[in-house]
Amino acid sequence: MMATVTATTTTPLLAVESLRLDIVAGGAAHAAVDGVSFEIARGETFGLVGESGCGKSITALAVMGLLKPPLGVGGGRIKLEGREIQSLPASEIRKLRGKRISMIFQEPMTALNPLSPVGRQISEMFVLHEGATWREAERRAVEALASVRVPAPERRVKDYPHQLSGGMRQRVMIAIALACRPDLLIADEPTTALDVTVQAEIIDLMRDLCAERGTAILMISHDLGLVANICARVGVMYAGRIVEMRAADALFRGPRHPYTQGLVGSLPRLGTRAANGQRKLQEITGVVPAIADLPPGCRFHPRCGRTTDHCKSADPATTALEGGGLVRCHHHG
Amino acid sequence: MAEAATLDTPALLDVRDLAVHFELGSALPFFGDRKTLRAVDGVDLTLAPGECLGLVGESGCGKSTLAMAILGLLSPTRGRITLDGRAVNPATDRGHLARTVQMVFQDPYASLNPRQTVRRTLADPLRIHGITNAGEIADRVADIMARVGLRPEQADRYPHEFSGGQRQRIGIARALILRPKLVICDEPVSALDVSIRAQIINLLLELKDSLGLADLMISHDLGVVEHMSDRVAVMYLGRIVETGPWREIFERPSHPYTRALIAAIPDPFLPETAQLKRVGGEIPSPLDLPTGCVFHPRCPLAIEKCRSHPSPSLQIVGDGHLASCWRAGETT
Repeated sequence: MMATVTATTTTPLLAVESLRLDIVAGGAAHAAVDGVSFEIARGETFGLVGESGCGKSITALAVMGLLKPPLGVGGGRIKLEGREIQSLPASEIRKLRGKRISMIFQEPMTALNPLSPVGRQISEMFVLHEGATWREAERRAVEALASVRVPAPERRVKDYPHQLSGGMRQRVMIAIALACRPDLLIADEPTTALDVTVQAEIIDLMRDLCAERGTAILMISHDLGLVANICARVGVMYAGRIVEMRAADALFRGPRHPYTQGLVGSLPRLGTRAANGQRKLQEITGVVPAIADLPPGCRFHPRCGRTTDHCKSADPATTALEGGGLVRCHHHG
Repeated sequence: MAEAATLDTPALLDVRDLAVHFELGSALPFFGDRKTLRAVDGVDLTLAPGECLGLVGESGCGKSTLAMAILGLLSPTRGRITLDGRAVNPATDRGHLARTVQMVFQDPYASLNPRQTVRRTLADPLRIHGITNAGEIADRVADIMARVGLRPEQADRYPHEFSGGQRQRIGIARALILRPKLVICDEPVSALDVSIRAQIINLLLELKDSLGLADLMISHDLGVVEHMSDRVAVMYLGRIVETGPWREIFERPSHPYTRALIAAIPDPFLPETAQLKRVGGEIPSPLDLPTGCVFHPRCPLAIEKCRSHPSPSLQIVGDGHLASCWRAGETT
């Protein structure tokens, strides 16, 4: 008994270890994600930030077991409470998906079934994962809709997705994702398609519900401000690697990797012009390299202001930072 | 009289009581109700030469419709647009309009013709507007490409050979090739990657200074608007609810909607935003507007008057700062 208790407190909920994800193109496999490791504890909120193509979304899909050719796991492990899940058969993964790990997507209209009332799409979760009867499941669907603060849920369960606004659809997605009280909610750009005032509400809702239920969050976004707002820890990805991983406020206030520094400095944040009168933003020059054509040495060196000859030839290893976290740079400062 | 007014106010763009309504539904009896969508409903706007006006609002507020009307791509239902001292008549003034106002679009993937080289995209407007000398065309194409940070030898490439940020530079070059006085930028950076946004914002700021351009900057991103704008106008459901100098708007927002927009910014390290009230609910359908002030169902400050009376016209709440709210005076 004691042993199991200690095991659950020390084993992270999710552990991704040296994950490599390959994309096969033109007969060659290219690592779209290479050596990505992170852990998420029970109830923790963790964010992966990066630009398009950095590998953050496919990392999330790999955790969900949803990668399809030409993408595939090329190496490393994904562990859910210590159990390796990256090579489970589809039938086993399907039992975890939706029950232990759920996901919400950027565009709720394409993620919902347009031909089925939203109540039924929520009920399905209870029937499939918990063996509830449809009648019982429908009653619980009303409760689930009420919990995501949809007004008049007993009427709304009969609505089809097209009858709902974007914000309401995303609430339905959250209701479906959290229906079976999963341990981990993966949110991939959950508010990018929404208006700003609606976005703020959806974020509050997600944060409150997960805190209430002890659900851990893996949040995927390009928006550093948004991730820092909801997550305790953040990993910054660049060209398939985590280049800096730290507590959100430490990362935002004192970024150590030149890429993170560039990202934070390039944000047109409210109040900076009033504070220092500066209109010009700090730029990161150049563009993200293509996966098939990565530069030698440090992947960020062609865009970095601190590049030395060493950076052009030697790939930096991760360095642990005092005060927690890690950074992957020869000249982190 | 109109002549005298334009001399008094040397505005580049002057929009008075502009309305763009769309008739929806069947025009025949018994085939459902005819409904009027008031996309833009009584907007006043001025823009001085070289000035940048940030136009803020959420989707469906009418900001893009307003831009289309200024460009002459939609005919207004009511109101008057004066551009560079001339009343705009889209039917007869296409050429004048195109030489005076141009637009930079949101999506640099969708807004460039994939089957045309950059040179063709940039040279066509010149030919259409009467510049036929091959040498002059080549010079102007090379000049504008250099100004937007592209190499002139890239002119014979096709859009797919460029990255998103470079494509947006081409979009900006296309807008500037006729040397317009006003550029309307409709969400110019929201389709771009975070690290590229700063490059494009800086480029637009540079061009505004070096070419003396006036900008109408449409965006839902208040951070972008704060950095770019001299003045800001906030739109909600077809009307301007607050307008003023950028510092006034961001430091002393008066309309509860403006405050809600600022409060909604997901930046945890802005201490002052924590004190601002967020709003609940969603934007009502523009086909079925609430009575009274259209913002009252979402407004944390709504009182009985707001439910029964339409919002007042814009009233002065500060230096050059106007707001349309019954409670604006009490809350600032």
